[in-house]
Amino acid sequence: MALIKEALKQLFRRPATLKYPYEKLNPPEDFRGRPVWNMKKCIGCGLCFKVCPSGAIEMIGKGLEAEINHYVDRCMFCGQCAETCPKNAIRMSEEYELAEFDRSKMLHKYKRDT
Amino acid sequence: MSHGSIIKIPFGPQHPALKEPVNFLFEVDGETVVNVKPRIGYNHRGIEKAFELRTYTRNIYLAERICGICSDAHTTCYTQAIEELLGVEAPLRARYIRVIIAELERIQSHALWLGLVAHEIGFDTLFMYIWRDRETILDIFEMISGNRIHYAMNTIGGVRRDIHAAMMPKIKKGLDLMEKRVKYYLDVVQTEQTILKRATGVGILKPKDAVDLCAVGPILRASGIKNDVRADDPYAAYNEIPFNVITCDGCDILSRIMVRLEEMLEGVEIARHALDSMPEGVIRVRVPMKVPQGEVVSRVEAPRGELIHYAKSNGTTKPERYKVRSPTLGNIPALCKMLLGGYVADIPIVLAGIDPCFACMDRMAFIDTKKNRKWVLTMPQLRRKYKRKCMQK
Repeated sequence: MALIKEALKQLFRRPATLKYPYEKLNPPEDFRGRPVWNMKKCIGCGLCFKVCPSGAIEMIGKGLEAEINHYVDRCMFCGQCAETCPKNAIRMSEEYELAEFDRSKMLHKYKRDT
Repeated sequence: MSHGSIIKIPFGPQHPALKEPVNFLFEVDGETVVNVKPRIGYNHRGIEKAFELRTYTRNIYLAERICGICSDAHTTCYTQAIEELLGVEAPLRARYIRVIIAELERIQSHALWLGLVAHEIGFDTLFMYIWRDRETILDIFEMISGNRIHYAMNTIGGVRRDIHAAMMPKIKKGLDLMEKRVKYYLDVVQTEQTILKRATGVGILKPKDAVDLCAVGPILRASGIKNDVRADDPYAAYNEIPFNVITCDGCDILSRIMVRLEEMLEGVEIARHALDSMPEGVIRVRVPMKVPQGEVVSRVEAPRGELIHYAKSNGTTKPERYKVRSPTLGNIPALCKMLLGGYVADIPIVLAGIDPCFACMDRMAFIDTKKNRKWVLTMPQLRRKYKRKCMQK
């Protein structure tokens, strides 16, 4: 019987769920979303590519000319790359709606501005 | 009452009562189960081999993905093992944070389980309310670690993120709310006839059988055996925190529900104590990439029971052998015992009662113990062999 009281009370409360995608919760401050590279800070050391557990990061070229390819479809958002980066060039953003029908759209290329 | 004929009923691998694929062959006499043959391995993912191919840093995240719900238990076990091989110890603050995360995880895992049990006995109202309250803990996790399920908090040599003073009020508020709700559910479980009639005297596991069949975790404690790795072989900061090992001697589903609910309350207390008495200091120490040669066994009390990891290193950056024994595997023989003599209609609830996590469990190699022979077949040999067999047919 204890649950009937609870169920009746719930009738007059707001729903516990949100009407996604019309309503959205703001992710917390340190949320681990899609990692974003700041190529101005990147020195091309390749540590992020070496530590990535799922092989989501690809480095093309060497050193200061290196370009980064990030495959969101492989990424598991552990944040190890952002933690390892010696120059803090990688930031875990608050982006979380990352699904696409086309895998090629899930490749993010980071190039150097010349 | 015997009906004279025994009928074999396959159960699974796809079945509404199962969240993950596993197969049981039940031999029933009328409505009574007389024999159970489990068949596991549908979720084999080759994780142990994958461990051998990755570096120690990358393996942290692999260990985390052995199980979704007890992801922290697996990483704690893994990092502990590697820390022991390296001969380093995580700083005290890091060990306290590990305890907090482990207890929060226990609370959310047990809440999830109780919801599933309510669902299994057809009590979906309770299921919905419990899962709503579980979100409180998941929100705390999201705030601390940046993710709801895969917290990625542990690293070799400590933890990755600190619990700041600014987070404390929100965590404590969430714990207070959870405590209130768990006390309410304890009341519901003990008074609600829907649960009492469905869970009392179902899936009996006698204390002697529980010990003989090596049951672990809440199943063992619900049979009245006081056994908990946190108390018997303290890891992290459990040796500095006072807590009770919860037991119940009902030996049935109801006592398993009670043990888990009481453990949630105990978890709230442990987390509170750890938050208050957490010392200041660093949260991690840097460790080298190469791990010296050695072997180690590490034990952790996961929400589902005792979890064992074994690691063998050969002085390189990758482990030579890694072995995981997850609690569900330890509970399978006990599960078969529980099902014997029960009714067919009780199968889903008894199965759900061990909090099965088949994906965690399936990574074993079957060895032919009768012939006691070891041999290696190359892929072409294997293909030839099976081709011949097919042609003979």
